Amino acid sequence: MNGLYILSGIIGLIVAFVWYVYNNLVVLRVRIKEAWSGIDVQLKRRSDLIPNIVETVKGYAKHEKDVFKTVTEARSALMNAKTPHQAAAADNMLTGALKSLFAVAEAYPELKASDNFRDLQRQLEDTEDKVAYSRQFYNGQVLSFNTMIQMFPHVLIANMFGFKAEEFFEANDEERKSVKVKFD
Amino acid sequence: MNVYDQIAQNKLKTYLFIAGFVAFVVFVAYILGGATDSGPGFAIVALLISSVMSVGSFFWSDKIVLAMTGARPADPQRDFNLVTVTENIAIASGLPKPKVYVIDDPAPNAFATGRDPQHAVVAATTGLVQLLDRTELEGVIAHELGHVKNYDIRLMAVVTVLAGVVVLMVDMFSRSLWFGTRRRDDDRNSSGAIFLVIGLVISLLAPLIATVMKLAISRKREYLADATGAYLTRNPGALADALIKISADPQRMRNASNATAHLFFANPFKKQSNGSWIASLFNTHPPVEDRVKLLRTM
Repeated sequence: MNGLYILSGIIGLIVAFVWYVYNNLVVLRVRIKEAWSGIDVQLKRRSDLIPNIVETVKGYAKHEKDVFKTVTEARSALMNAKTPHQAAAADNMLTGALKSLFAVAEAYPELKASDNFRDLQRQLEDTEDKVAYSRQFYNGQVLSFNTMIQMFPHVLIANMFGFKAEEFFEANDEERKSVKVKFD
Repeated sequence: MNVYDQIAQNKLKTYLFIAGFVAFVVFVAYILGGATDSGPGFAIVALLISSVMSVGSFFWSDKIVLAMTGARPADPQRDFNLVTVTENIAIASGLPKPKVYVIDDPAPNAFATGRDPQHAVVAATTGLVQLLDRTELEGVIAHELGHVKNYDIRLMAVVTVLAGVVVLMVDMFSRSLWFGTRRRDDDRNSSGAIFLVIGLVISLLAPLIATVMKLAISRKREYLADATGAYLTRNPGALADALIKISADPQRMRNASNATAHLFFANPFKKQSNGSWIASLFNTHPPVEDRVKLLRTM
């Protein structure tokens, strides 16, 4: 009879522990989703600003078609990105393309002096900072989640309920190679 | 001591400080009541008033502090750098975005206040925004958000409002004492005794307030906020540069008092050029050299 009590006590403890760990993992996963939507908002804002800046620069520098093409391509790559990896790669591409756009703008003093251009430029630079900081936060959340589901005994529970390591927001090496910054 | 100990300690200290404030005001009122033969009624009224004040300071301290320092809400267009940098650091820390305020003052300085991260306010002077570049500003704001995260702001705000009330009272009493004794020199009636008591209380009060505030304000919290800030921006060097720039700037803040000094990022009085002994009692900031040295090793 005593043994039965001890056994049910042990089972109860195990169930409570599994319950606790499972809930913890769920909370962490939801936080990652939330952090991801934080990045997503900034990426969206960034791609919304692109047509404006392209139009503004076009007003002063119509014939710089190559740059406009790269920027527009990078933007559509960003908008079509599905996974954090793809989004990160497209965002890198866009950053590079914008750098060449601003480099082109250097040659047009009137453009540089226009309020509209300056406002768009600082907004774009700020969104870039915002993407960087949301990435930092997101990657921090992913790191703690991925570490937790690999630790014993959490790894057992994670496997039991199919928790998988989340993707970091960073470009793969081969994706990084596709980023070309052209100065011409 | 880690961040979680610091948060728990800050919350406890806030309640202790409020209790201490109520006890202190009631005690003074009791003495005054005894000296004027008006009985315990005086103390009961004081208890009520100080309780209301404490509750008020807990919930409205941010607004009171902002009014004390003469801050105005930041404009997203005009104060672009300050507003966006605060947004960005809030993103990095995972804290809700605090309200941003600006103080029109050429002396570079900043502070954070509020009762918790959900009701936090960050304020910076126009001088700070002009002096620092964007990464340095990020460092300073990250330091301030470190205070927000560690609940330093709740304790600081309550201390500011309540200590401010006491400082104000001391100020009023000492002025009336000075004029009072001059006029009443020749006619020694009972009011002379009252002023004597008040004078005694005042002379005890100033160092006492200073000690209490020092107990509440550990210098550790500045180092901890520096560390939190460096962690958030991943750039301790920028914060160190900002500290050096700010300490090299000779301007004193126009709108700072002893009651608000400890709130600020840097000592608003600079090197106590007014030479008052009270100012040295309120020396609330760790030396800049030490902070810079620590940041450089991160």
